[in-house]
Amino acid sequence: MSAKNKAISESLATKTVLILVALAYVSLILLLPLLSVFSEAFRHGIAAFKAAIVEPDARAAIKLTLTVAAISVPINMICGVAAAWAVTKHDFRGKNLLISLIDVPFSISPVVAGMMYLLLFGAQGWFGDWLLAHDIRIAFAVPGIVLATLVVTLPFVARELIPLMQSQGREEEEAALTLGAPGWRIFLWVTLPNIRWGLLYGVLLTNARAMGEFGAVSVISGHIRGETNTMPLQVEVLYNEYNFAAAFAVASLLAGLALVTLVVKTLLEWRHGDQLAAAGH
Amino acid sequence: MAATIISPRKGRGRHSPLPGLPLTLGVTILWLTILLLLPLAALFSKSVALGPGHFIEAAFSRRALASYELSFGAALIAAAINAVFGLLVAWVLVRYRFPGRRLFGAVVDLPFALPTAVAGIALTAVYANTGWVGKPAAALGLQLAYNPVGVVIALTFIGLPFVVRTVEPVLADLGKGIEEAAATLGARRWIIFRRVILPEIFPSVVTGFALAFARGVGEYGSVIFIAGNMPFKSEIAPLLIVTKLEEYDYAGATAIATVLLLASLVLLLLINIWQGREHRRRAL
Repeated sequence: MSAKNKAISESLATKTVLILVALAYVSLILLLPLLSVFSEAFRHGIAAFKAAIVEPDARAAIKLTLTVAAISVPINMICGVAAAWAVTKHDFRGKNLLISLIDVPFSISPVVAGMMYLLLFGAQGWFGDWLLAHDIRIAFAVPGIVLATLVVTLPFVARELIPLMQSQGREEEEAALTLGAPGWRIFLWVTLPNIRWGLLYGVLLTNARAMGEFGAVSVISGHIRGETNTMPLQVEVLYNEYNFAAAFAVASLLAGLALVTLVVKTLLEWRHGDQLAAAGH
Repeated sequence: MAATIISPRKGRGRHSPLPGLPLTLGVTILWLTILLLLPLAALFSKSVALGPGHFIEAAFSRRALASYELSFGAALIAAAINAVFGLLVAWVLVRYRFPGRRLFGAVVDLPFALPTAVAGIALTAVYANTGWVGKPAAALGLQLAYNPVGVVIALTFIGLPFVVRTVEPVLADLGKGIEEAAATLGARRWIIFRRVILPEIFPSVVTGFALAFARGVGEYGSVIFIAGNMPFKSEIAPLLIVTKLEEYDYAGATAIATVLLLASLVLLLLINIWQGREHRRRAL
């Protein structure tokens, strides 16, 4: 028995070396950068950190980031659930095409995603003249930032829910239907309890990306201080002004958000792993 | 189990009795049209409006070609590094038990959660000449930031979880039966890994590699701080788009963006075909 185990496993020395190399690699490219954010943020003490956070432009950036997330996360949650319902509870032509389309934002460069909206809503864009005539600002304003955020976070909820709901089938909903329940009650009472952890997982990832998106938002925002700078953009502005302490102070808030996201994500995977589609995002 | 529940694809004539198709499909199509199809149409129509001559001139100028070379080349190198180390990390996570294993596993997802701009300035702080790693490297004569090496470092950071999370489930599903059989036949451990285990997990390594590569080609936030951004030397393609936009050269930006977009759509298609084939092979 022990000989057999030995044959399908590595020697203790090999194991130790492999584990140490893996740890070293992850420390070098992931952990050191993470630690450096906090170390740089608090380099000049807590008072300097606080001053950088409560400064008016930083506060405006925090407020804008929260606002953009508060608008875009619910929209993509509702539309993602609708897409998953249509795709998994019904059959129709072009379904696979629809699923593939939902994947597209994952592969587009964020800069390209943001730029497409400039071509629609910028001064030279398709709707540029009309928007100008009606005094509506989308590019270089908050609506543009929301749109750019929406497109880069579009797939997260739907990509989590589609495989999950596909594996759960339609039988429970069909049973509820024969008992005479109306559609919205079938969804709320039968489907939602089955998908709640997957939905939370998708919303968590959507929110992390929405608050942290940089490339797409950078192109469309116009970088107006105190007005269209989100937290990641504010980090860039401060950094380019060589105000490293303040840049890292704002960055540390975003890093804190990332850590909270990772903790909740890990908890969800441990506790409710069986109710998640793929712990692979 | 799942396969038996999903209704047969061919029964197109049979309608699902469940309600809500018009509403949910309508919402979905509206959502995809506003956020994706309309903007894509704007990009393509702008490209077409340039005319083939202008398009080629702008899309394949010397500066643009240099930026593609860097974006694709650095993404390729970073994805290759991650294919090796990502496989190692996945192996260690699945096969070995050691203190802190779960924490280690959670940290691997950091690039999915950390905003790219934060990653960018953090990597620069660590790998520039004054940083924790950059300083000892500089003493050895190695310059890790503000050059193409910096681009590779940033893309290595971004790509790792794609490989680990793709390989991990396949490795976990791999029964030990064949390994045991090979071992009873007297095969050495390394031979078993190369001849028995690697062929089984290799397709997933390729998928992870491709996903990391595709992400790396379009990556912007984590790269621009550490890259140096010198035209012809350390300027990635997405940055060139931003530069063109800031100069109000919408034609130039559109041409480069279209090239990048087509490249990523082709990559997405290839990955889907590859994954579909693998899925069927594994299901057999």
